[in-house]
Amino acid sequence: MKKKYSIYSLVKNSLSDNQNWKKMWRNPEPRKFYDVIIVGGGGHGLGTAYYLAKEHGLKNIAVIEKGWLGGGNTGRNTTIIRSNYLWDESAHLYEHSLKLWENLSSELNYNIMFSQRGVLNLAHNEHDVKEIRRRVSANKLNGIDSEWVDPHQIKKLVPIMNTENCRYPVLGASYQPRAGVARHDAVAWGYAMRADELGVDIIQNCEVKKIRTAKGKVQGVETSKGFIRSNRVGVVASGHTSVLAASAGIKLPLQSKALQALVSEPIKPVINTVVMSNAVHAYVSQSDKGELVIGAGTDGYNSYTQRGGYNIIEDTIRAIVELYPIFGKMKMLRQWGGIVDITPDASPILSKCEVEGLYFNCGWGTGGFKATPGSANVFAHTIAKNKAHKINAPFSVDRFVSGRLVDEHGAAAVAH
Amino acid sequence: MFTIKCPYCGERDQSEFSNGGEAHVARPKDPEQISDREWSEYVFIRANPKGIYYERWVHTHGCKKWFNAVRNTSTDEILKVYKMGETPPPLKEFKDTIKTPSGEPDVGSGNFSVKKP
Repeated sequence: MKKKYSIYSLVKNSLSDNQNWKKMWRNPEPRKFYDVIIVGGGGHGLGTAYYLAKEHGLKNIAVIEKGWLGGGNTGRNTTIIRSNYLWDESAHLYEHSLKLWENLSSELNYNIMFSQRGVLNLAHNEHDVKEIRRRVSANKLNGIDSEWVDPHQIKKLVPIMNTENCRYPVLGASYQPRAGVARHDAVAWGYAMRADELGVDIIQNCEVKKIRTAKGKVQGVETSKGFIRSNRVGVVASGHTSVLAASAGIKLPLQSKALQALVSEPIKPVINTVVMSNAVHAYVSQSDKGELVIGAGTDGYNSYTQRGGYNIIEDTIRAIVELYPIFGKMKMLRQWGGIVDITPDASPILSKCEVEGLYFNCGWGTGGFKATPGSANVFAHTIAKNKAHKINAPFSVDRFVSGRLVDEHGAAAVAH
Repeated sequence: MFTIKCPYCGERDQSEFSNGGEAHVARPKDPEQISDREWSEYVFIRANPKGIYYERWVHTHGCKKWFNAVRNTSTDEILKVYKMGETPPPLKEFKDTIKTPSGEPDVGSGNFSVKKP
């Protein structure tokens, strides 16, 4: 039965002390065969399963997750959503995603707390100013609501920012009002619930150990719950994609690194937009609970440890305190690291590969959360039709052979 | 966060060093003869295992010399450092602590591989 959330269901369940809410998804044992297997139960993977079932009418789908839903990078990011990317290819992909975000709560009938509070990308030197203005112009040509704001306007948006008396004064910024944040866990849960209703089997605590192939075709996956047969396997495993690809004898241009984030103790609202700065490497927003959500950089070496170095946090905090002196006495509550897979051109890979029936959605690097609905939507199309959607066609793995890269190092908002 | 034993200066904090990626990647001998795909592999593809691998480091804030290391990427343990030009130690010398390809236990997840049992 379709689970509806409404004011009525809230009142009804509060009368029974909230003990009678229905489980949001089943917990099935895997079948022997699926039409499509998605490896990885984060936002992108669950979204892919949802769109496969909803838009492409596939019924026999499994999402296989080694841990719990959204326990990887979906639950370990700073939840920033924007589409102000430089190149047409990326702008189309991220804007497609942003348009889906705008309607996602009502589509899923589940509040993902999408809040379009705007994003500022600060410029601290002449080069930044030129680059950011160029990006604003490119965004406008692609119909994205990006604009250039001067320090006076920035002060109005974020009064607590120290724009002048600092080592790298703020000279201006790009501002995208439609950008914002969303509740990361709710995205995974919302997609999981609706995918489950459409018959998708979500199998948690089940690790895919090997992708089995024969004669250039995918045969299925070997898991900790036994072998599961399938002719189509989509790998959406972020930092562990290289490991899974290697099990099928495929080499991908990915490097896995730890990316950290941290949150402070909760305080009253002081900052009602998202502020990012590439030059001093600092980005901050305030969650609805009042915590400052701060993103740090990646470690400079490959690692799978989900930790990250203290010196990286120190660099970020130093920049934050310089930009917002009033945060100087605050305490940080939690810090965590996620393993991100970075491509040489800082753009994702959404692609078929040389093995028939095997698809990869990876390489999101340090900024995959914002793309969750769009990525899932076009990846589902790619798997269902065995052909890239026009939006993800430029993100084929073959671009590293042809040389037609989509270099988005500059638009990563902060250098990683 | 960890320390690295520079073969020239001794043990220092990792933040003094910069990583140079995979070690012992040989430039193709005859670039004109190889296909675009082979050239792409040389330019873009580097090993990215969860486990033991060879890598290069440079002591940026120290002697500025390059050297090689064998590190376990699932635990960040540096198992051996050796100078440029020295023969790499065979990986079989080192015990891999990973139980499954992604380093996860049969049930559950999280940062299991670095937790003490």
